[in-house]
Amino acid sequence: MNIQTAITMTASETALVDAYTAQLGELPGDGAVLSARDALLNALKTEGLPTRRIESWHYSDLRALLRSVPAFDTAAFAEGVEPLAAGSSVVRVLNGKADVSGAPEGIHIRRYGESLVEGVAAADLVERGTDDAIGRINGTFVRDGFEIEIPAETVLEQPLELQLVQSAGQSHSRFPVTFGAKSKAVVIERHLSVNDAPSLVSVVSDLIIDEGAEITWIILQQQGSADSHFGQVNFDLGADAKLRIFVINAGGKLVRQEVHGVTTGEGADFQMRGINLLGDESHTDVTFTLGHDVPHTTSTEIIRNVVLNRAKGVFQGQIRVAPDAQKTDARMACNTLLLSDDADFSAKPELEIFADDVQCGHGATVIDLNPMHLYYLMARGIPEAKARTMLVNAFVDEIVEELEDEAIIEPLEAIIAAWLEKHA
Amino acid sequence: MLEIKNLHARIAEDGTEIIRGLNLTVKAGEVAAIMGPNGSGKSTLSYILSGREDYEVTEGDILYNGESILELDASERAAKGIFLAFQYPVEIPGVATMQFLKVAMNEQRKYRGEEELTTPEFMRRVKEAAAELKISPEMLKRPLNVGFSGGEKKRAEILQMALLQPQLCVLDETDSGLDIDALKIVADGVNALRSPDRAVIVITHYQRLLEYIVPDSVHVLYKGQVIKSGDKSLALDLEANGYADIIGAAA
Repeated sequence: MNIQTAITMTASETALVDAYTAQLGELPGDGAVLSARDALLNALKTEGLPTRRIESWHYSDLRALLRSVPAFDTAAFAEGVEPLAAGSSVVRVLNGKADVSGAPEGIHIRRYGESLVEGVAAADLVERGTDDAIGRINGTFVRDGFEIEIPAETVLEQPLELQLVQSAGQSHSRFPVTFGAKSKAVVIERHLSVNDAPSLVSVVSDLIIDEGAEITWIILQQQGSADSHFGQVNFDLGADAKLRIFVINAGGKLVRQEVHGVTTGEGADFQMRGINLLGDESHTDVTFTLGHDVPHTTSTEIIRNVVLNRAKGVFQGQIRVAPDAQKTDARMACNTLLLSDDADFSAKPELEIFADDVQCGHGATVIDLNPMHLYYLMARGIPEAKARTMLVNAFVDEIVEELEDEAIIEPLEAIIAAWLEKHA
Repeated sequence: MLEIKNLHARIAEDGTEIIRGLNLTVKAGEVAAIMGPNGSGKSTLSYILSGREDYEVTEGDILYNGESILELDASERAAKGIFLAFQYPVEIPGVATMQFLKVAMNEQRKYRGEEELTTPEFMRRVKEAAAELKISPEMLKRPLNVGFSGGEKKRAEILQMALLQPQLCVLDETDSGLDIDALKIVADGVNALRSPDRAVIVITHYQRLLEYIVPDSVHVLYKGQVIKSGDKSLALDLEANGYADIIGAAA
């Protein structure tokens, strides 16, 4: 090995490179997959992790923030849990190993490990751009996940839960999912940790949503307080298709969730809702880009953040409207409840509009709890701590209620209430 | 039941003194009306009684059942039985009215060492009290006070009072913004709560409410002091002659 490194590597960068060497024999894939992995690792090696000088990482200097990388722990044991919503179908990835048992009838699903072994996955293992640190890390180390196809006109009556449980070490998974024309499904991508041991988890989901499909994709991240979590969803939204993405962050020490999409067919509608519950010394970044590439497409994003203690949060939202994408309607809002003097939140909206007949808007607010609301609740005998919790709950529950399915709303509200009980 | 002694209080933020040596005693079973021109400190007094933090007491004391309440926060005062019906009830989006009622009732019970209400018992009480006040179930399904008309908000305040069964009720201009039918409903709600072990303080600009809630005593507040006290005839006198004579006599 005689590769010229352009930078002095940090401990984490060294750990990633060493982990690759150590894991080489374990990572599935044919020659094409191996060279794709090599190329991604090489990019990591020569450029290092992104710093604040890279614009898309300006508020989350990954090189400085990722202090350590846990070694792979093949002996670690993780067990599945009950699904979030009663009645869901569940397929699990336990410490990075996928198992398709539990998949519902009527869909095609196989382990992503098989796609790697066959080599068809090699085409997936490319970076989105030179700032795609998540794509690089994930592509270098990806071991498993699920390749899923929901056939056209298929309606999943119950949610499909992709349950990822991590107990220690690292896991890197990938979910290429194709939703056929006019299919309907609710997918819950759920990340759990069963202990406080540090782990590093990366997930990349590539969603293709065909004409007229109606899909809800919920990302519920509840990893441990020492964990790093890097998630990325890439989607391609066809004509008259509807995609709703809910991102709920209620855990992790260092979290970056990216959502990148394009509308490729007229009549497409994209909705994103985010709830970030940020406490302790965590750093959580939600970065979103959407290209309205064709005329007559719509999107709305609403992000609600509750920031406590010394937590830091970031929301970056970029909406691009292509030159011929007339009649685009795009709205973005980021509302933050900053509940501690040491808490910090950065919001960066970006609009790049190259068409003239469009409606685009964005807004960001940062507030404390309304003292009049607090006084009113207390004047009815509700103790201050409880009154605060009720008001914070109200701020985020409004978003959860939009899911309109009690089987999902109730457990989510319980998770939010429990988080607030613990942190507020 | 309530004894306010030489109370001085100011706005915490800018130090403006609003209450300047106020004395007032209200006995159990009594309905006391507090009247006075705009800016005399009526609403401030109600906020101070209920424990709003924007005001500071600089001198004097408030005794409730013989004990000072100055060190208690708003929720503790409420749990001990002090209730303020707000002049402007606060709209709180995202907090369901029923959830709010249940939490308030049960938190007060917890504070007093009583068992929490079961859900059926809670529902029964709300249904009964709501029917008395002509509050529709649809209203109770909305977030707290959100989208309520002025009259609905005032009725919702009286509903809370009926459910929480306080010992000392302070009504801050509950008559403002009410038409005559709504006024009667609200007054009936208050009268239903009159009892020998409960006291009511009615803050109002007008004699009209006092035709429906007949007071035992009437006190005129001016520049943060009670400058005259009397029986219900004092309210009639004020209605007929205005405040000028009394203010002139006190000056």
